[in-house]
Amino acid sequence: MQGAGSCALHLLFDGANMYKYIIKRLLMLIPVLLGVAFVIFAIMNVAEGDPVYQVAGPDATEEQLEALREEMGLNGSLIQRYFRYIGNLLKGDLGTSYISKMDVMKLYFQRLPNTLKLASLAMLVAVLISVPLGIIAAVNQNSWKDTLAMILALIGLSMPNFWLGLLLMLLFALKLGWFPSGGSEGFISVVLPAVTVGVGLAALLTRTTRSSMLDVLRQDYLRTARAKGVTERKVIYYHALRNALIPIITIFGVQFSNVLGGSVLAETVFAWPGVGRLVVDAIDQRDIPTVTGALIMTTMLVTVVNLIVDIVYAYVDPRIKAQYTK
Amino acid sequence: MKQEKLETRASRLYKKRSTMEMAWRQLRRNKGAIIGLVLLVIIIGAALIAPLLFDYSTDVIGMNVRQRMKWPSLEHICGTDELGRDIFTRIVYGARYSLAVGVVAVAIALVVGIALGAAAGYIGGLFENVVMRICDIFSSIPSVLMAIAVVSALGKSTLNLMLAVGIASTAPFVRVARAAVLVVRGEEYVEAARAIGQPDWKIILVHILPNCISQIIVQATLRVGSAIISAAQLSFLGLGVPAPAPEWGSMLASGRLYIRDYSYMTLFPGIAIMITVLSLNLLGDGLRDALDPKLKR
Amino acid sequence: MAEEHDILNIEDLKVRFETEDGTVYAVNGVNLRLGYHKTLGLVGETGAGKTTTALAMLRLVPDPPGVVECKRLEIDGQDVRGMSITKLEQVRGKDISMIFQDPMTALNPVFTVGQQIAESIEIHEHLGKAEALEKAGDMLEMVGIPRARANEYPHQFSGGMKQRVVIAIALACNPKLLIADEPTTALDVTIQAQVLELMNELKEKYDTSMIMITHDLGIVAEVCDEVAVMYAGRIVEQGSLEEVFGKTMHPYTEGLFNSLPNIKNRTAKLKPIHGLMPDPTKLPEGCPFAPRCNYATEDCRKAVPELHRASGTHMVACSAYERDKNFMIDRRKR
Repeated sequence: MQGAGSCALHLLFDGANMYKYIIKRLLMLIPVLLGVAFVIFAIMNVAEGDPVYQVAGPDATEEQLEALREEMGLNGSLIQRYFRYIGNLLKGDLGTSYISKMDVMKLYFQRLPNTLKLASLAMLVAVLISVPLGIIAAVNQNSWKDTLAMILALIGLSMPNFWLGLLLMLLFALKLGWFPSGGSEGFISVVLPAVTVGVGLAALLTRTTRSSMLDVLRQDYLRTARAKGVTERKVIYYHALRNALIPIITIFGVQFSNVLGGSVLAETVFAWPGVGRLVVDAIDQRDIPTVTGALIMTTMLVTVVNLIVDIVYAYVDPRIKAQYTK
Repeated sequence: MKQEKLETRASRLYKKRSTMEMAWRQLRRNKGAIIGLVLLVIIIGAALIAPLLFDYSTDVIGMNVRQRMKWPSLEHICGTDELGRDIFTRIVYGARYSLAVGVVAVAIALVVGIALGAAAGYIGGLFENVVMRICDIFSSIPSVLMAIAVVSALGKSTLNLMLAVGIASTAPFVRVARAAVLVVRGEEYVEAARAIGQPDWKIILVHILPNCISQIIVQATLRVGSAIISAAQLSFLGLGVPAPAPEWGSMLASGRLYIRDYSYMTLFPGIAIMITVLSLNLLGDGLRDALDPKLKR
Repeated sequence: MAEEHDILNIEDLKVRFETEDGTVYAVNGVNLRLGYHKTLGLVGETGAGKTTTALAMLRLVPDPPGVVECKRLEIDGQDVRGMSITKLEQVRGKDISMIFQDPMTALNPVFTVGQQIAESIEIHEHLGKAEALEKAGDMLEMVGIPRARANEYPHQFSGGMKQRVVIAIALACNPKLLIADEPTTALDVTIQAQVLELMNELKEKYDTSMIMITHDLGIVAEVCDEVAVMYAGRIVEQGSLEEVFGKTMHPYTEGLFNSLPNIKNRTAKLKPIHGLMPDPTKLPEGCPFAPRCNYATEDCRKAVPELHRASGTHMVACSAYERDKNFMIDRRKR
């Protein structure tokens, strides 16, 4: 591994292993996703009441019901129906909504951009609040700044986010009129829901950033940097932060699932037409194909995002990247 | 031989007591934890004596049309709701629901999670693999959606709410228990216990689990807080404790309808949730610092 | 320049750490002067305050909990004590630099070694990124690492190689004073010799003044011109290499020599100093070495002995010499 050319070779070698790793992870996703689909499918299918009655109405005959059952894919045992469902899923077919009679896949992708908009803005809000706050708290450990930041984070963690949403709506929409209290008229409507979801995440990330920073601030290599004459600012924001980011990114990935969960509530409070609202409305209407499909798709999204985070993680931490070459 | 055994047991007992004492001493020095503890005792106390103070059918769920929508005053310090019920009374009574749901849900998660996690760590092999993959499956479904799915499948009731929240918070306990078992599985005293023919369940219960008890206490305290929030979320979506029970989340759901003109209805139940969860978080953080000095910053 | 100055001049340096569990008195009144192009060996057991003394020279003692006080702290004639942070950052790495004890933790894991060497060059020589990296490559070659490895990360290097990188960082801007804090303790014996040789070579080449912190008297004999022996945050004996090694005066220094294996008589038993260094949170009232000293009398436990000139540049802090001019330590006493 010496000589001028070895470096490029080395990177290439790393790259090939990276792909292998990604493919391995993608393959590992398959059983998890099948399991997720099964769990959701099973839960949704023990739901009380036969949906056939609901669709056919009270006057349907037994034959009509049977025909309808077949048409809706409700005949056969749970396992049979599950495999039929998975077969259709692979073809991109999640069935038809009982209520709107629309293709569930289409319905989901109609709503998904709104949820992604909300989730990504929420995560941005969270990062913009939490990373600076966590750093300030860690750098000034045990000072009033630290205490204040930690109290804020604790309050943020203890607040149900839908209540925070209601308070934000009360203040900024109803009293001050700066933002709409609901609906989806352009960017301005997504601000309050995004802050609602973002604050809860920010609280958690502030704590992570602080403890991760405190860990790094104790490291010898920062002393080396200072002894070189690196400015204190650069020691913190370059040398320390690059290392502290590693656990923060992990938490970020893990929390994506909670962001989607939180957006269910925020979408309800602010009438934001995302996937969360789709699920909640579908449950109210006992629209089982929509609920099942939306839950499965959302979980797949979470899993894929976690994979992406793992890969980003490898790029931030050269030590992890090195492990793939083993 | 017997003497020796007695001595080790005595020293272990001594050690256990002294770590508990040290933890308590640490905890007492932590202002936040003490505030949390005091608040929690007050809330639990209020929940316990609520039925003695108020009559459920008249004070808590009884309508009083002449008193509807009264802003906070000396008579009704948190105001009254759309049916003329005193909101303060309902909040105090509602503590019973929130605490019960939180505690029972976490108890379900704790028992199931520890049993599965400890067994997975102890048995290993295929069983461990299957359990941990199932854990992965459950943690990749957003817990709110998971709980929503469970409640919508089982139907709306307080018990189903507890089950739903419990199922959604089981995976972390599985992980904690498994990790703790993996740490001590190879220790000599576990080997020794196995060598003298103690049954596996006894080894797990007597020799292994006490090692992770502090982690479990911390996890459980913090989880009760998030379980209370989850329960409130579901009730807010209309999937939790059915009306007219004074659950905090459903009080917020009805308050939301009148938020424009009667904002106090949205304010107080939320404060109740926040203070309860805050006290649990304060106590949980304090416990973690006291029980796990390594994590103390 | 009106006044002659030395590369290093410290007067009455005191460092204490105020922690929850009490105040740790790490350095208790250290005076040090070092001429240009000289190498000083700072010797003592773990916990004697050597590293803290060194960190104080760079004003790198963590605050809180550290509290540093001194009457004078000059490096190359510049007053470091009252220096602005901006100026201090210009001095660190340029006029004075430090090699740290543990190469395993001294390098930042997320940057390449080339970047870490180049950073210092960028700061002090105001070069662009590419030029600085180029020069970092030169530095790597100088410490015996192929230039191509500049793009690798610290985890890809062995301990000895990492220490070479740390040395390259410290020497990158040709400092006037180099502090080496036990540069070889974390390394294998064979690697130790290589690293020492390298440092000696580079010191000669650049004519750098150096402070070598170590507990290894062998290294001192090999590298140093002057020696200062520290105990419990104080210098107990100081002088040229010949003075301290040839005419050892302080019982503690004697103890250090007695703890070395004897090459001439390989079957001889080691004679360790009995007891432990006093707890720095509650130092004894008199001479801190008295509880472990074979010559100690009641008087020793009453007052801390001052450092007195014995002869030439030889200084010793031991009250036995004040009581009896003809006192001699007996090398065979134990």
